[in-house]
Amino acid sequence: MTLRIGCGSGGAPDRVAPAVALAERGELDFLCFESLAERTLALGHVARRSGRGPGHCPKLEARMRAVLPACAAQGVRIVTNMGGADPRAAGETTARIARELGLRLRVAVVEGDDVLPLVSPDTLLPETGERVRDLGAPVAANAYIGHEPLVEALDGGADVVIAGRAADPSLFLAPFVHANGIAPDDWARLGAGTLAGHLLECSTQVTGGYFADPGVKEVPGIDDLGYPIAEISPDGSAVIAKLAGIGGLVSPLTVKEQMLYEVHDPAAYLTPDVSADFSTTRIEAVGPDRVRVSGAGGRPRPDTLKALVAFDGGYLAEGEISWAGPGAQERGELAREIVRRRMVERFGFNGPLRLELIGVASLHLDGGHAETASQDVRLRGALRSHDRAWAERLLEEIEGLWMAGPAGGGGFRGRITESVFTRALYIDRDRVPTGLRWIAS
Amino acid sequence: MSAPTRAVLLRAIASARAGDKGDALNVSVWALEPRWYPAIRDQLTAERVKAAFPEVFRGEARRYELPDLHGLNFVFQRALAGGVNASLNLDAHGKSFSFLLLSLQIELPETGGA
Repeated sequence: MTLRIGCGSGGAPDRVAPAVALAERGELDFLCFESLAERTLALGHVARRSGRGPGHCPKLEARMRAVLPACAAQGVRIVTNMGGADPRAAGETTARIARELGLRLRVAVVEGDDVLPLVSPDTLLPETGERVRDLGAPVAANAYIGHEPLVEALDGGADVVIAGRAADPSLFLAPFVHANGIAPDDWARLGAGTLAGHLLECSTQVTGGYFADPGVKEVPGIDDLGYPIAEISPDGSAVIAKLAGIGGLVSPLTVKEQMLYEVHDPAAYLTPDVSADFSTTRIEAVGPDRVRVSGAGGRPRPDTLKALVAFDGGYLAEGEISWAGPGAQERGELAREIVRRRMVERFGFNGPLRLELIGVASLHLDGGHAETASQDVRLRGALRSHDRAWAERLLEEIEGLWMAGPAGGGGFRGRITESVFTRALYIDRDRVPTGLRWIAS
Repeated sequence: MSAPTRAVLLRAIASARAGDKGDALNVSVWALEPRWYPAIRDQLTAERVKAAFPEVFRGEARRYELPDLHGLNFVFQRALAGGVNASLNLDAHGKSFSFLLLSLQIELPETGGA
């Protein structure tokens, strides 16, 4: 039996409407929502602890309210990691929304990814050789959970499965494993299912997003991109598709590009579930916006689970101001030198300070080798400090260029944001037990 | 005597996509037509990319080949100034770095023109 799995989001800020379209018209069995990035989860912990916001995905409520009626009507079951730093609250919120909509749903919450209690000041961080104590007190630590507890929830009859740091492809692998009764050591099929999940987990990145390059790669209906569907056969081969009547493109090239997105060795893509082998994949167009992927495989999963430990990164300050017209680049360069002299020589700031000219060389430093003088440049200054006074000082200096800088500077904007940074850690599986909590609406 | 060639921008004959993981960046490069793959594979070496952008690609660079799909995958360690949570780059993910590779020139045989 072919299983139809849709992607309802590929990240926290993703649009809601394409998910509703899939729930209503996708003839889906499952709709999976991915919503966590490396820093999203840590910021959720910070928000939860400070009481400034929910620990779960901020768009959880909007998404559930929008898709639950169609999902309930069509019998589409949901799997998501929108639980973020607070899966239980996300489960309770989802159950409340279902009640308000008059729906009776079984919600399963997957708990256990929070591994902060396992982290001590002595814990070694293998990437850098640092100890945790070298970086201060960790603000969060979460292990990447695989498909098994998600499958347990589906086997138990959950209509909605809500996890925290479940790995992205595992969200999509779980329904495939549940529907086909796949063993946890059937590496070939777990690898193939992981490829399908990996292709879906970034939503529009396989349907024409992150792709268009005018004159080289065109995307029809790019202002209304649809989200992808995988039609997965029991052997794990799949057709990647999208709905008709909505924008976007599914082609062998959109599938290839996404297959290796955030992948290092194509023959060993490590997840909590499997070491997936994408190097043997075959990719062929089988219809309009329909691409078949087959031949991916897998080998035994890693012995340990990856976890990310988050630390307070201090304040990130960013300020910008522009010059345009003849001599703009020279005036921007003079402004950069003014800020550098004042911050470093006059006030003694000795941390990392980035001063660059947008329109000349910014994203790529001087790697872009711009050869002509730009007549529209924007000075950007950025620094990170645990001392908020330095963050404020930088913005003052850049704003001050309005009156004390080169001629014709305008359009100052500045902001200070709290930041976190993360380090990876590898933990034995048996030290990360997961559990299910059931909530009826 | 070598066959005549002409230089084309990689962007005209290939597409590329960047992805971040911690402080490492990967960029996959795909020949838009299979006949262009051999020239790209022979000329777009990890060493050449690193040498072309030494300020950006400062760590180890490794390349994987996918001959059946006419693609290459580059992995650059320590390319993101500490990663998305630590970098001061406006593009902390390095999403735009794919176009550094696409800005390089490839010599194509005159008969295999783009």
